[in-house]
Amino acid sequence: MPGKLKVKIVAGRHLPVMDRASDLTDAFVEVKFGNTTFKTDVYPKSLNPQWNSEWFKFEVDDEELQDEPLQITVLDHDTYSANDAIGKVYIDIDPLLYSEAATVISGWFPIYDTIHGIRGEINVVVKVDLFNDLNRFRQSSCGVKFFCTTSIPKCYRAVIIHGFVEELVVNEDPEYQWIDRIRTPRASNEARQRLISLMSGELQRKIGLKVLEMRGNAVVGYLQCFDLEGESGLVVRAIGTVCTLDKLSNTSAFLPACNSPSKEMKESPLVHPPSHGCRSTHNSPIHTATGSRLTQNFSVSVPTLIYTGMGSGSAGKEGGPFKTLLRQQTQSALEQREFPFFTLTTFPPGFLVHVGGVVSARSVKLLDRIHNPDEPETRDAWWAEIRQEIKSHAKALGCHAVVGYSESTSICEEVCILSASGTAAVLNPRFLQDGTVEGCLEQRLSWQPGFFSIGSEKGEVDFFPQSQDSSSLLGIEEASPPGCGFCHIPYDELNMPFPAHLTYCYNCRKQKVPDVLFTTIDLPVEAIVIGKGCLIQARLCRLKKKAQAEANATSISNLLPFMEYEVHTQLMNKLKLRGMNALFGLRIQITVGENMLMGLASATGVYLAALPTPGGIQIAGKTPNDGTYEQHISHMQKKINDTIAKNKELYEINPPELPEEIIGSPIPEPRQRSRLLRSQSESSDEVTELDLSHGKKDAFVLEIDDTDAMEDVHSLLTDAPPPSGFYSCNTEIMPGISNWTPEIQMFTAVRVSRLGNINLTNQTLNKNFNDLCENLLKSLYFKLRSMVPCCLCHVNFTVALPEDELVQIAVTAVAITFDKNQTLQANKAPTEKSQQRASTDNEEQLQFPLELCPDPLASQPSLPAKEVLEGATSQTGIPAAQRATSIDYSSFADRCNSWIELIKLKAQTIRRGSIKTTASLDKTSPLAEGYLRHRSVPSCTNSTVSVVKMTPLSFLPGAKITKYLGIINMFFIRETTSLREEGGVSGFLHAFIAEVFAMVRAHVAALGGNAVVSYIMKQCVFMENPNKNQAQCLINVSGDAVIFVRESELEMLPVQPSTVVSQPTSSGGDVTT
Amino acid sequence: MTSDLDIFVGNTTLIDEEVYQLWLDGYTVSEAVSRRLRGGLLERSGTSVSVLQSDTRDHFRTFQMLERLLHSPPRLCQQLLFQIPPPRQAALIQGYYAFEPALARELLGKKLSKGTKKELDEVSARTGLSLRACRRQFDNFKRVFKAVEELKGPLAELIQQHFLLPPPLARDYAAIVFFANSRFETGKRRLQFLSFGDLAACAQHMMGHWTQGAMTPEAAEPDGDVPRSFLQDLKELKVLVSDKDLLDQHKSLVCSALRGKISVYNEMETNFKALSRALVNVGLKLPHPRDVRDFFVDLVEKVLDPCRSDHWSLGDLRLFLGSYTTAPRALGGFRHQLLWERYMAGISACLLRMYHE
Repeated sequence: MPGKLKVKIVAGRHLPVMDRASDLTDAFVEVKFGNTTFKTDVYPKSLNPQWNSEWFKFEVDDEELQDEPLQITVLDHDTYSANDAIGKVYIDIDPLLYSEAATVISGWFPIYDTIHGIRGEINVVVKVDLFNDLNRFRQSSCGVKFFCTTSIPKCYRAVIIHGFVEELVVNEDPEYQWIDRIRTPRASNEARQRLISLMSGELQRKIGLKVLEMRGNAVVGYLQCFDLEGESGLVVRAIGTVCTLDKLSNTSAFLPACNSPSKEMKESPLVHPPSHGCRSTHNSPIHTATGSRLTQNFSVSVPTLIYTGMGSGSAGKEGGPFKTLLRQQTQSALEQREFPFFTLTTFPPGFLVHVGGVVSARSVKLLDRIHNPDEPETRDAWWAEIRQEIKSHAKALGCHAVVGYSESTSICEEVCILSASGTAAVLNPRFLQDGTVEGCLEQRLSWQPGFFSIGSEKGEVDFFPQSQDSSSLLGIEEASPPGCGFCHIPYDELNMPFPAHLTYCYNCRKQKVPDVLFTTIDLPVEAIVIGKGCLIQARLCRLKKKAQAEANATSISNLLPFMEYEVHTQLMNKLKLRGMNALFGLRIQITVGENMLMGLASATGVYLAALPTPGGIQIAGKTPNDGTYEQHISHMQKKINDTIAKNKELYEINPPELPEEIIGSPIPEPRQRSRLLRSQSESSDEVTELDLSHGKKDAFVLEIDDTDAMEDVHSLLTDAPPPSGFYSCNTEIMPGISNWTPEIQMFTAVRVSRLGNINLTNQTLNKNFNDLCENLLKSLYFKLRSMVPCCLCHVNFTVALPEDELVQIAVTAVAITFDKNQTLQANKAPTEKSQQRASTDNEEQLQFPLELCPDPLASQPSLPAKEVLEGATSQTGIPAAQRATSIDYSSFADRCNSWIELIKLKAQTIRRGSIKTTASLDKTSPLAEGYLRHRSVPSCTNSTVSVVKMTPLSFLPGAKITKYLGIINMFFIRETTSLREEGGVSGFLHAFIAEVFAMVRAHVAALGGNAVVSYIMKQCVFMENPNKNQAQCLINVSGDAVIFVRESELEMLPVQPSTVVSQPTSSGGDVTT
Repeated sequence: MTSDLDIFVGNTTLIDEEVYQLWLDGYTVSEAVSRRLRGGLLERSGTSVSVLQSDTRDHFRTFQMLERLLHSPPRLCQQLLFQIPPPRQAALIQGYYAFEPALARELLGKKLSKGTKKELDEVSARTGLSLRACRRQFDNFKRVFKAVEELKGPLAELIQQHFLLPPPLARDYAAIVFFANSRFETGKRRLQFLSFGDLAACAQHMMGHWTQGAMTPEAAEPDGDVPRSFLQDLKELKVLVSDKDLLDQHKSLVCSALRGKISVYNEMETNFKALSRALVNVGLKLPHPRDVRDFFVDLVEKVLDPCRSDHWSLGDLRLFLGSYTTAPRALGGFRHQLLWERYMAGISACLLRMYHE
């Protein structure tokens, strides 16, 4: 009996009227956990009942604690007929199961009904007492922390980053069970919600077990998804990165701010720490796939692409989709862990050594209806196959790891496309694991002894200086090593896996870099960027014949490579059109519908200083002797050139003039040299001339040989830039903007459009789709115009094809305001080139200069460049850059220790001034003003609702996260049979999304938090039947609940707004009369 | 390609004040869009009509969802569905409960019933307000009226607490409730020159001077906020006009006090008895529900009109009322000094407010 769950029902308010006669309600509450149910007394005739119940105690296994949600049902007592349900609250008690998170859940929760939505609120207090359990065969994994954030959480330090963890659980979908024919929609929805809640609890527990097995204590970048496979079942799967995290001890110095007494009181010894004594007997947990009917009788693996810089010159022609066959690559001897994948997108400085490019794999599978319980692990096999493919792609790029890894599915009827993508990379193994731990990593030891000799230093060298007290970069910037190491190619130059043009790094001149770089990760903090970034999208539709089963799957898999190719071409064109040379955060989504496929790729384009200046785009006509045609072509060409010039101005891309010496540097290939020379002249010349020069040699040539191509060129030019004052990106931070102000606005926008017309061609479809996306963006800019200047960050588009001619696009993003004046100043300042993380984390900023020069060679001009060249051209099987890296590590630790000292000193002197400026900023911003007024306006202060911020980012500008309270992972179903009465589809979904936000906020507030970071809406499945006046929607969201403190408040007396909420009765829920 | 579904939901509910006002004014989405277009928004923000339409629809939908909560403002502050910063909440409430004085003027003294609601289209035509806006304002009056109907305490403060209104607005609502309770006739043509502001001020004066203590309405007085006991007592004032001696004494006291001080002394002297009779009779009628309705008519016809035709200045009227009220202190045999002054304080304040030279 390792745990005791205690629940108290305090009160309700604003309940709906259940008795028409009296206009009142006789409410009582059922509290259910597992198979045990308690009831409160009936509180007669009130819409604001005060139950003040005793503590209901459940004595349960911790396994059950992890799997089961607490279920609270509010009912209306009826003497003569059955009691009517008012609604339910599901509470995930997982955050109470590990010591560092929340200790009590207490607050007002919206009472939710799947048919009526929110119906009043209920005040509940939940606590858990855990008993220490040393059972070595236990199946629970309490104590393992989960984070959705795809970087090392702010108040933690990564001791070891172990690697990939995955798990999936399958079950039958209650919606498709026979019983569904006879039960009410409400019962069916509730069964589904409950099942999914159970399954995700179980999944999390199993992942936790694997984590303990790997000797980690946390999962970072945890991504859990549902696949609603219809009749063939329901799959819940999750991936994540296992880490051993240490709480930064000195954060507690900042904690008095947030530690309300109720928070700390339960740090009792009963809360057991992650048991390191646990050693599971089996190697991998067994899937309890109860009643799975998933089988595979058909599967098509699709030739996949490796995206890297294969852009310039005539690459438009040769860079077609091709399957990587180069498996006999360099590290054939390397036996690595099963999947060296990392779901992280932001890394500790020094972790990422080189980036190869994007690797992705897709596979079309057929979901079979035949019940085949003997193959519960089919899904596992499918994913394993794909991961294997990704791994081999990475190998082909000379990389031993994949970072920024993610998986997704698109299902239409019985066809399912599984996709995985990530960025091939070479990592610094010192963070991964050391030799003393027997893990799946021993092999790595033999891999590169040069690397590993330093691996054992782990623990002595502190790579995560506890430097909350640092602040701006200004003082330390000059000495920071160049942030170009990650751009250097990891693969062998003479044995390249694809045609690409390599040049010497424009930053350090020592190593080769590709001309274009695509990645799925966030821009590394140390990267040197010129100008600002921007959101780049490629959009594509392809019609497909309606077909059944195998025929359908085959036609889809035939289309996929062409789509991938086109998406890639579009991205490349748009990138060049903006005068940029790298993409970050690339996410390609391919959605399958009945009669079409849709591809949507989003990424953030930037100009990396280390990469060569991109060539322009040249248009070539096929019929050169036609005069008018020529004229037309040249007109187009002019338009394109103008756009490029305009974009360069818009995004402030002014690459610095290259120093003279470069010309004389020992660069062997004449081609490269000419490139360098020319790009120098480019930057100094007039814009028009610059464009002419593009035309000659390595400009990207677009051949217009038919009207389709013409359309494509036109569509290139239709992307309107955001209105002035707006920037947008899909990464965490916007390159080139650093001075965020604290006002944020997270939002979700959804549009469903009917494509209507039957005689659709690919062209009109493309245009429609393009317009839909552009209009959506336009309306976002318009809606948020009052926040200007601001940046839309983490813009996340999701496309679905719910029905034949319907396209659904959902966007979630956050708008953050910034201070324009300071931007200008910052641009003048020497920090111009450096990419700063938003001001939230001083920690992070201090880390930046500390990033320990992943490529020490670069900072050591004493080493003759010749040697590097030798290294690069030698065919030892080890990529040159890596070899070079391994040279210098011995002196490395010393250097960085002294560095830390120096920086700490500097940081302390800088700190005061900088925090003060933030404080003053705070006051002038409208939000802060509102906040202050909130305290002084008497009329509304009887409000007990605390503000909970939500953001898809991992940080809050101008604030410091002091505590992580646990993961929020919620699944809701809403259904209506009176669609028109609820304001049609828009009214229905608007209300539902608002309700989901409200429920997320309520849970966070009840945990004692005041924000959700890394918020993501993973699923939004909307179905309607207007003829029957019905609609149904499923939404799945997740994020990390946190407590943050405004930086300005750290100095003043910090009163947590959230503490007010956790005291349910204190400020009186009732109207003051 | 048409958008069937088009929504935008912010974690902090986005509210555009301009669109809110259009919604409050009762415009439909398309009317609101064309109004916004006329405002030159398109040029300023460089966007398209369809964006504007979508934005307007979105806001209107939000307001419709908010409306239910606005009916009970404390709930708006407690609810969890919309995260709205408190200053914004206050602005929303204030906007929703703001009303057009012209409409309120039309409805003053009328029963806030379904019948009246049906007449709103005429009111709408007269005031130039849209019917929807009229209905909202009418429903607000009715809601406030119902909420405080059976409560004890100072009316304006009660309203302020229940509806979280700013004090001046709460006082106006208190006046509306007061009129709805007492049902004074204000619609006569003779009274048209009185604005809502004039009448609201009168109501406040009456409540201020006549209701118990501050202005505590007595319980079980559904018809009015003025305590019945006070009204009953007013009968005692009859002596001032029925007793010939008292009337003469009163006159001479006032005349001696005002001689040389007001420009219309002679007119005052000749009219004194008529004026005094009118002023006292208004009070005598107050206890009778059927006669109460004539309160303002009597004041205007029997007091203000004669003064105006004699070209009294406002200062003259003030001086006259002052000494007229205080003079009975010197009247032997008049025992209702306190009652008299309480009554006259209210009447004087009303008259001064209503007197437009």
